Amino acid sequence: MTDLAHATRHIPDRLDSPARAALYSWPTLLLIVGIVLFIVNSLASPYFLSPWSLSDATFNFTEKAIIALAMALLIIAGEIDLSVASIIALASTAMGVALQFGVGVPGLVVIGILTGLLCGIFNGFLVTGLGLPSIVVTIGTMSFFRGISYIVLGDQAFKGYPPGFDYFGQGYVWWVVSFEFALFLLFALLYYVLLHHTNFGRQVFTIGNNPVAARFSGVRVERVKFILFCLTGLMSGIAAVLLTSRLASTRPSIAVGWELEVVTMVVLGGVSILGGSGTIQGVVIAAFIMGLVTFGLGLLNVPGIVMSIFIGALLICVIALPIIWSRTRRRATR
Amino acid sequence: MKTVIRSREFWLAAIVAVMVIATNLRAPGFAATDKLAGIFNDTAMLMILALGQMAVILTRSIDLSMASNLALTGMIVALINAAFPAIPIPALMLFACLCGLALGAFNGILIWLLNIPAIVVTLGTLTIYRGIIFLIAGGQWVNADKLSPAFVQYTRIEFLGLPALSWYAIIVAIAFFILMTRTSLGRAIYAVGVNPTASVYAGIDVGRTKFATFLISGLLSGFCGYLWVSRYVIGSVEVAKGYELTIIAACVIGGISISGGVGTVAGALLGALFLGVINSALPVINVSPFWQMAISGAAIILAVVLNARGEKRGSRLILREAEATS
Repeated sequence: MTDLAHATRHIPDRLDSPARAALYSWPTLLLIVGIVLFIVNSLASPYFLSPWSLSDATFNFTEKAIIALAMALLIIAGEIDLSVASIIALASTAMGVALQFGVGVPGLVVIGILTGLLCGIFNGFLVTGLGLPSIVVTIGTMSFFRGISYIVLGDQAFKGYPPGFDYFGQGYVWWVVSFEFALFLLFALLYYVLLHHTNFGRQVFTIGNNPVAARFSGVRVERVKFILFCLTGLMSGIAAVLLTSRLASTRPSIAVGWELEVVTMVVLGGVSILGGSGTIQGVVIAAFIMGLVTFGLGLLNVPGIVMSIFIGALLICVIALPIIWSRTRRRATR
Repeated sequence: MKTVIRSREFWLAAIVAVMVIATNLRAPGFAATDKLAGIFNDTAMLMILALGQMAVILTRSIDLSMASNLALTGMIVALINAAFPAIPIPALMLFACLCGLALGAFNGILIWLLNIPAIVVTLGTLTIYRGIIFLIAGGQWVNADKLSPAFVQYTRIEFLGLPALSWYAIIVAIAFFILMTRTSLGRAIYAVGVNPTASVYAGIDVGRTKFATFLISGLLSGFCGYLWVSRYVIGSVEVAKGYELTIIAACVIGGISISGGVGTVAGALLGALFLGVINSALPVINVSPFWQMAISGAAIILAVVLNARGEKRGSRLILREAEATS
């Protein structure tokens, strides 16, 4: 049981056929978990299977999922951003300050998104410009960004967002499809294309697998990582607009603890925390699973803190079970 | 002498001293002995926890579940004390240690035997442990009136002018110093962090060493679980929420490298003390406590920047990591 034993990789003589590979893939496994949860939920509560309650269910994960899309790319590239929730707090505070100066709805949205982007640039500069480890840098900026919100707000709150601003977090595009949810689907599609069908996406995987080899292959490692930090900041800024609009207020404690939920979502989605592998499909399904678990248990009057046990257990089980399974299978074939 | 002056612990100690003196200029009396002892006592738990986290970080892992472990163990001993006040407190303290040890062992086993990255495992147990508090306590708080007087006294009894809580931190620090510098486990912890591959060739079981560090961090978290409830006389789901990152911050400020193998006991203690002094100094010099979070965030960023300047081996680090993961 040493690191060396794990270093020797199991290389099969023949690759699985594409259909077989798809069947055993992570997203398929997640999809099965999701469908089972869906059926259990609809059997457990009569209120679950209605378009409106399902629509309500989407609200408690879309903002996190929007950040998770960008975070997935960042983690695949071997970095992490723990400051996303604090970026939400700072961007929301910036919008609140702008509100005091009578900025209108379009201005508020721009300020929220730009603040997020600036925070991302700051993180990206510290990590790629100065060559610092991202986990520590973003633990620092996590306190720093939210700390600024506390300095500005103290124990106060910004309220009184103008009419029209509520559309982003509470409006519906069509029937039960909320603006947030539609935006999430759009971003999911964009990130799917970006990660799986562009040069840039290839480079992200290359960096995650081997940054040294990536550099020798002509990939501008630092620049790609910098862009990924900017993207994560940008998505956090967008999430801040959605969340502020939904809550119609800004407090410095807004979105506390979300960073860990976002990372959980990404890892549950099959993205390796060590970098180098993962899919957007997996992350999207993981977002739905987390939404289903919280909403389904909520309908059964299970308190939020108990739901978190399920999420934590799900995270560990979904990762541990395939390892145990593949080990017993390998032992059986030996 | 030269090496002492060039060490980062020396500079960190100097910075902490300058902060104390500067605060004393603004608010005379801050540097009085009893005030300083008070700051030390306030920081005692953070020091103990930072030492546990240090052992884990040295092996290139991270334990995000420490604060949840602390809160869960604290709640368990508080409930036991409320139900059976007759049980002697030393026995209860021992039980808290064992309880924390068991929770740490759960993390460690998943990391050792299944090779799941520590950050994933402890991210999971972070929420699981805290959720269990709600289940076992039924959402209730354990208040001062339910705890026995002895339970509360065991962190407050004074010995040679210092409260017991401070002595616990001193004892743990001495034990840790011996562990890290005078035992083969301590050597192994550093070796695994510096170069896991070479450690295997040197006959060190990397997985088991990591497991041992999680036992240590779990044990200390459990011990602090008792201390926390005894000190603040409250057991609830919210105890020490978000504290896991403060512990890591103390380590980072203390110069413990997140990429493993670099860091000392003195560094971890000074990192914790740095945060403790800031917390105590801000109200004294009339800065709103709301500034505290941003200042400690800025301190962390600054510490990381300075660490990187001091180490100057960026390119080698990448190669080393690539070698370890290949």
